[in-house]
Amino acid sequence: MEKTQKLKFAFYWAASCGGCEIAVLDINEKILDVIAKADIVFWPVAMDIKYKDVEAMPDKSIDVCFFNGAIRNSEQEYMAKLLRQKSKILVAFGSCACDGSVVGLGNLWNREKIFERAYFETPSTRNPEGVTPQTSFKVPQGELELPEFYDTVKTLAQTVDVDYFISGCPPPVPRVTDALEAILSGKLPPKGANLLFNKSVCDECPREKKDRKITQVKRIYEIEDDFKTCFLEQGVICMGPATRGGCSAQCLKANIPCTGCGGPAPRVADQGAAMISAFASIATDPKVIQQVVDPVGTFYKYSLANSLLRRRVMRP
Amino acid sequence: MKEIVINPITRLEGHGKITIFLNEEGDVDEAYFQVPELRGFEKFCEGRRAEDLPIITPRICGVCPVAHHMASAKALDAAFNVEPPEPAKKLRELMYCGYYLYDHTLHFYYLGGPDFVVGPDAPPEKRNVLGVIEKAGLEIGKEVIKHRAYGQKITEILGGKATHPVSACIPGGFARPISEEERREIERMVRSCLEFAKFSLKLFDDIVLKNTTYVDLIKSEAYTLKTYYMGLVDKNNKVNFYDGNVRVVDPNGCEFVKFSPREYLDVIEERVEPWTYVKLPYLKKVGWKGFVDGAENGVYRVGPLGRLNAADGMATPLAQAEYERMYSTLGGKPVHNTLAYHWARLIELLYAAERALELVTDPEITSKNVRNKPGKPGEGVGIVEAARGTLIHHYQLDENALAKKVNLIVATTHNVPGICMSIRDAAKGLIKKGKVTDGILNMIEMAFRAYDPCFACATHFAVGQMPLEVEIYDSEKRLIQRIKR
Ligand code: SF4
Ligand code: SF4
Ligand code: SF4
Repeated sequence: MEKTQKLKFAFYWAASCGGCEIAVLDINEKILDVIAKADIVFWPVAMDIKYKDVEAMPDKSIDVCFFNGAIRNSEQEYMAKLLRQKSKILVAFGSCACDGSVVGLGNLWNREKIFERAYFETPSTRNPEGVTPQTSFKVPQGELELPEFYDTVKTLAQTVDVDYFISGCPPPVPRVTDALEAILSGKLPPKGANLLFNKSVCDECPREKKDRKITQVKRIYEIEDDFKTCFLEQGVICMGPATRGGCSAQCLKANIPCTGCGGPAPRVADQGAAMISAFASIATDPKVIQQVVDPVGTFYKYSLANSLLRRRVMRP
Repeated sequence: MKEIVINPITRLEGHGKITIFLNEEGDVDEAYFQVPELRGFEKFCEGRRAEDLPIITPRICGVCPVAHHMASAKALDAAFNVEPPEPAKKLRELMYCGYYLYDHTLHFYYLGGPDFVVGPDAPPEKRNVLGVIEKAGLEIGKEVIKHRAYGQKITEILGGKATHPVSACIPGGFARPISEEERREIERMVRSCLEFAKFSLKLFDDIVLKNTTYVDLIKSEAYTLKTYYMGLVDKNNKVNFYDGNVRVVDPNGCEFVKFSPREYLDVIEERVEPWTYVKLPYLKKVGWKGFVDGAENGVYRVGPLGRLNAADGMATPLAQAEYERMYSTLGGKPVHNTLAYHWARLIELLYAAERALELVTDPEITSKNVRNKPGKPGEGVGIVEAARGTLIHHYQLDENALAKKVNLIVATTHNVPGICMSIRDAAKGLIKKGKVTDGILNMIEMAFRAYDPCFACATHFAVGQMPLEVEIYDSEKRLIQRIKR
């Protein structure tokens, strides 16, 4: 890349909450440094550039595309493929794109069950005619279209080839700045790296770790927290050991256990499995682990779609 | 028949799309506001630990995470039958004020405000926060950026994280007390926000209210919609963001119903349409009559104007004075002028700052007493006012405190029927004989931007405006005109 030429950046959001976009905005005045060195060629939330303009761009004409959100429907899948084709570097930005985040918990069900709940069962819904949203529907004036809702949530890397990952839900603002600086200065690690941080949350946690033994699993509202002992030692599940840090252990500083939003810790393939084994090694008795009431939601809150389990098999 | 598609419009807790149909004469026949996305929270929250719900549900929206966190916390309080101690409630409400300071500032200066400050017919490249800075001066621009960041900072100090906070996920409590040092830091920021809110109202006065063209626009037919209004009120029927009962007034401003959170199912019903993933709520007792305004149809509106219309006033003195001034200027209550949402929003900005100052100078705010013991898990409803309107979380927990059933009615959803109608009316009033200009697009956009349907990302201040494209097709679906901005 020539130094004199400005880089071309793109931002896109798929099945996302918008928090990732706020994390970019929260770099505040630093966005000016970014704009000085890079042109933003696509950012639907902020710019007047449409899907067809992206389609018209030459292949690989975008230098770096930051993609947040999971792949939950056909439009998002289409955009992931299109942006892969148009971008030299594709970055999975945030936990949804990297690991599915909480949207990935949708893989415990399928479309039918999710629709059933949203459009029939919820007590405020009145739907005597059994209406559900349709991908194509004729209204008196013409036809209206909607993207297709899939059975399974996928991560970006399960959909297309991804070059880098920035996990976190949302990625912590100082890490966003670091990553942007690394990209702008061309100092990028080898392909496939996570740009977040190479330590675990425990490494950043101010709580005292002494003799880790769990005799009984407790819920956060059941303990009298002394505000300094490691949560695991108090019997409360904390995802710190299995989670990638970089957030400065924000939740711990607010006295709430880590729920794992940084994604799998470095060199860990499956966050939930890593936590279960960490847990097993400090449990005094194998039965203790059976006291965990919602193992999937607890150990895989942000990573189910990217785990070895990936989804529940639904039989008719 | 001609068809106009605006796709994508930007963030409404995700994605949005507008389709306008013209009749043979080229006038507007019907408009559809589609939400092309669903994520399915109501299903996948099932089976989760109760204390995880205030962590999971903020991921519905990264612009309003604090509102989901709070509605969820309150639903858990109710489900565990526990009231947080007073200091915990105050900490929660203070954090909530921080969120309002952030969010309302964002909307006025970056999203809605440029329409007025720079002008509805200014060139599109000027109608953004940069244009605002150009007109109002760089000093003011810096103040805007600073105060948006203050709101986030207050939330972060109290909530642990600014986006997706964690502090209130313990039923009956708050994760930790604050230190005197933290209290002082928050007080400093709040005092500054109070001055900033006063300044913002003055700016609105000078630029909008002293300009008869704007006042006429606000009062014009194309931006007027007579509906019911809904909002949370305290025991004196004053606007409250964090706690109280929900009050609904009819299009004449008379109280229609007032209900406690657990009674919401008696009042609200939602309908499913095959052409959108979002449901359309309406008042159950009045019923759904389609996209028409007036007392015969159960369409109601929420958000800043909805709240002010539904209440009898504001609980703080400066905001109350502004409240009275707004109603006397616009001809009494309720105000049906959609564009008055902006004015209402600034009055609330002032209220949020005044209320935050009361809370942060309350001697109890640094108390260590922030948790009460939860009872047995059961069923609970939590309601708060998100910046964009009433937010309802309803949980049924099993005996292990796992979520059995979850029902959510989120703020912008209540406004969907109103947004559809506002877009259609603006389009009807402005598009004649199939002629659509860039100026007309700007004006249609203003009709729904007033509701602030959640696209904070346009805060990117180098570009700072939402994308909009209208395509006009002839009856053979041939593209005959495309307008972009
Ligand atoms: S990763 Fe988290 S913050 Fe980002 S879009 Fe997903 S849920 Fe929102
Ligand atoms: S397990 Fe949790 S509380 Fe314990 S040290 Fe790690 S991050 Fe801190
Ligand atoms: S402590 Fe854990 S849950 Fe909290 S921000 Fe860090 S990684 Fe995410």
